[in-house]
Amino acid sequence: MKPSISVDELMTSGHQACQGCGATLTMRYALKGLGPETVVVLPACCWTIIAGAAPRCSIGVPLLHAPFAAAAAAASGVKAGLSARGDGRTTVMAWAGDGGTYDIGIQALSGAADRDEDIIYCCYDNEAYMNTGIQRSGGTPSGAWTMTTPGKEGSERPKKDLDAIMEAHRIPYIATATPAYPEDMVRKFAKAKTIKGFRFIHVLSPCPPGWKYDTADTVKLSRLAVQTGMFALYEIAEGRFKLNLNPAKRKPVGEYLKPQGRFRGLKPDAEAAIQAEVDARWALLSQRHARGT
Amino acid sequence: MKKVLMGNHAATLGAALARVQVVAAYPITPATQIVELIAEMSAKGTFPGKFLRVESEHSAMAALLGAATAGARTFTATSSQGLAYMHELLHWVSGARLPVVMVDVNRALAAPWNLWTDQTDSLSQRDTGWLQFYCATNQEVLDTVLMAYKVSENLLLPSMVMLDGFTLSHVYEPVDVPDQKAVDAFLPPFKPAAFLDVKNPGAFGSLETPKPYFRLRRRIAVDMDRAEALVEQVGADFERSFGRGYGAVESYRSQDADVSLVCSGAVGSTAKQAVDELRAEGHAAGLLRFRLFRPFPAAALKRLTRPDMKLAVVDRNYSPGHQGIFCEEIKASLYATERRPEVYGFVAGLGGGDITVELLKEIWHEVKAGTADPVSPLWMEEAR
Repeated sequence: MKPSISVDELMTSGHQACQGCGATLTMRYALKGLGPETVVVLPACCWTIIAGAAPRCSIGVPLLHAPFAAAAAAASGVKAGLSARGDGRTTVMAWAGDGGTYDIGIQALSGAADRDEDIIYCCYDNEAYMNTGIQRSGGTPSGAWTMTTPGKEGSERPKKDLDAIMEAHRIPYIATATPAYPEDMVRKFAKAKTIKGFRFIHVLSPCPPGWKYDTADTVKLSRLAVQTGMFALYEIAEGRFKLNLNPAKRKPVGEYLKPQGRFRGLKPDAEAAIQAEVDARWALLSQRHARGT
Repeated sequence: MKKVLMGNHAATLGAALARVQVVAAYPITPATQIVELIAEMSAKGTFPGKFLRVESEHSAMAALLGAATAGARTFTATSSQGLAYMHELLHWVSGARLPVVMVDVNRALAAPWNLWTDQTDSLSQRDTGWLQFYCATNQEVLDTVLMAYKVSENLLLPSMVMLDGFTLSHVYEPVDVPDQKAVDAFLPPFKPAAFLDVKNPGAFGSLETPKPYFRLRRRIAVDMDRAEALVEQVGADFERSFGRGYGAVESYRSQDADVSLVCSGAVGSTAKQAVDELRAEGHAAGLLRFRLFRPFPAAALKRLTRPDMKLAVVDRNYSPGHQGIFCEEIKASLYATERRPEVYGFVAGLGGGDITVELLKEIWHEVKAGTADPVSPLWMEEAR
């Protein structure tokens, strides 16, 4: 039987992630798509720890740690440095969490996208500052409990629409992914590798301690996020929009929200509001899919 | 070839002659022309490296972190607020042992807004692990950029080269621009021992526990300890190649001086005029001009001073709650000397105020007459 994704592993066991971490699956699939001729640039994020303390390293490609706000800029510099030394081949990927992308790193991200730097920027989005212990970021959805939105109502603000911000930069490739769909994710990283210019991949990455669910349910929640329409799988290549998975009948958002302790305080009307928002967004996405732009 | 150049363009030509491979920079007055000339030369194909037109100084230094870790020779220029904005990355780059060279055009920090020269911007970065050079002429700016690469790539520590905002950055002076072949012979290509290499993957900057962290910091200390002698040696090598020699501290008519002015930057050249006039008036005046500030040139200071020589330290910078920064460092450095010269501090020219020959002579006379305060600095304003 031919496997649907590469059996080669560039990520090793012995990494330092929490049990059930979605971000480890994400890195594993990303590197399957990109292969060994890749340099990873990491700002402060969960992966700073997951990669391992010196002298150990849980990935088999060169890795540069960078300050929190600096992922996209440092990756731009790595690409320029490699090119200046005659290596135009190696793929350079900035790999940041939602805090390092939606919040503190957005200036450098916007600058690098605006310059159309020849790098991949992947945001593995676990929807809060998980490495520092669950504080709200611009990626935290409305109603989610965090240590800095401690009331029963959770986050009073909706999740920032980062994909729209990135699309406004008119970059050649934007894609979304989540680890329940490994073939889709590996394909998107492999495709991104072949494109020149700034490529942005947004991965929804479930986090058991931050989202408060059973560590065995990471893939299940990742899948439910797509099946309920809370997270859409799509790509925008050279301005052409395509939904990669268009469920005929979406499950109610409650099936995704209820297993997560972070939404425990959600009242029925708040859940209904989330459902209405998802329905409205999905109508727009379906229109875009039909239109192809 | 002799050219008439402003200080900013001398800095750019230094970087071009050094065959810099990656520049990432952001505009700020009064350093902007350094970046503009790089962009212009880049567009014409006469600048050897890649130029990243980044969106901030923080990203400029972050990009150089990336490029230097990839093994490239790197350059940037900034000033004042821009340098302050880079602060986080300055620590990172020295901790990562990357030989980045940066030109800082000295300018005062806000608030209130001020565009003119003042050394508090670079001296605030004292503890970031960068070597610091202060230049007195545009020729010295170009030459010091070249020497800084040689020193930095030997030590694997970054260097900051300072010139005075407007006083040097925008003033035209004759500059002997060295021949590319001679520069290539003096400064061979950078050969990094470790870099981001897909054939030999490794992690750079990973978490370290206290013991290895302590030892890595200790290694920086060991290399900083040998840096002063290296600066002297590279200055002597430079003289053999180009006929212009540079040390860590320049001594001017100070061998028999009873009071020596101590200056840095462009004030160092004004001070020579003041010393000449004082000498002509029959006074035993001298000058010590600090070119190197980090590492602090303690050996040169000890060698060039005598217990019966009083020092009048002129600081165009100030550490609030203490005193001028050169003055405090000089006092601290001399403390371990059994018989040490008396040291008097003067704060002058903050925010670009003129430090004239007259003002420097007045400072000299304050010390000579015994009216200066050995504890607190005197704040000196130009009379006009």
